Amino acid sequence: MESPGIILAFWVLSAVTVGGCVMVLVSRNLVHALVFLVLAFLGMAGLFLTLSADFIAVAQILIYAGSIAVLMVFAIMLTPLAARDNANSLYVLPALASGIGMAAIISFVALVTPWAELKGEALAQNDPPTTVAIIGDLLLGRYVLPFEVASILLFFALLGAIVLVHERGSRESQ
Amino acid sequence: MIDGLSVTLAHYLVVSGVIFGLGTVIALSKRNAVAVLMGVELMLNAVNLTLVSFSRFSSAFPKGEEPLAGHVFVVFVLTVAAAEAAVALAMAVLVYRQRETVDLDRINLLHG
Repeated sequence: MESPGIILAFWVLSAVTVGGCVMVLVSRNLVHALVFLVLAFLGMAGLFLTLSADFIAVAQILIYAGSIAVLMVFAIMLTPLAARDNANSLYVLPALASGIGMAAIISFVALVTPWAELKGEALAQNDPPTTVAIIGDLLLGRYVLPFEVASILLFFALLGAIVLVHERGSRESQ
Repeated sequence: MIDGLSVTLAHYLVVSGVIFGLGTVIALSKRNAVAVLMGVELMLNAVNLTLVSFSRFSSAFPKGEEPLAGHVFVVFVLTVAAAEAAVALAMAVLVYRQRETVDLDRINLLHG
């Protein structure tokens, strides 16, 4: 990963993603915070692309920046009387302390650990032309049981969401 | 200018850690339930970035041994995140119908 394009893309996309996260935190309007969240998701998809993860990047755009963002828009619009000011609760200082502490610990461990990582030629050799076929083989081969469990989980979660918000008719409630 | 530099595994892990920390701050400090869910999604995203970068860089999984197992786990994390978002937002709408608010510090039915 020494080519100038990759290095520039990494720094720009990291700045976009982290900046989007910071704007979600400090934005004074919930809808604006949601827009910055979508920006952070798109930056993260770009970071996945720099890691040669094409399928994951497209899935990230479709699922996170697409459907989850739309779900959040629906949740905001279905709660019209709730506060929209993206206000903080009383726990800002403990939250800041734990968040900064967690980021510092993870970064410290990542920087001091001598990772056995691939570099240069080995990294280029490890680069598959496309990841979709390999992911498909793994999902329906070695990881077929988790795949089925995940599909059942998704089905029952969506069923549960529909049952939760289902408005019972006036005939039932009387 | 940037020719002397190189992007390594540690770069991605530091970015992932910073995003995870920011997600923690958002999830713990926001009042609106939807904003809290935004923080949780950012934390899950940071974990995804860690999985993909280990899958790309780590020499513990040579080619042919376990190719792209990290990507498969990212697919599972995406699935669980979608399920969690659907249920959590449905619960937010349900709570709003009962209480006309989604502020987490005003939902105190168990307060006695």
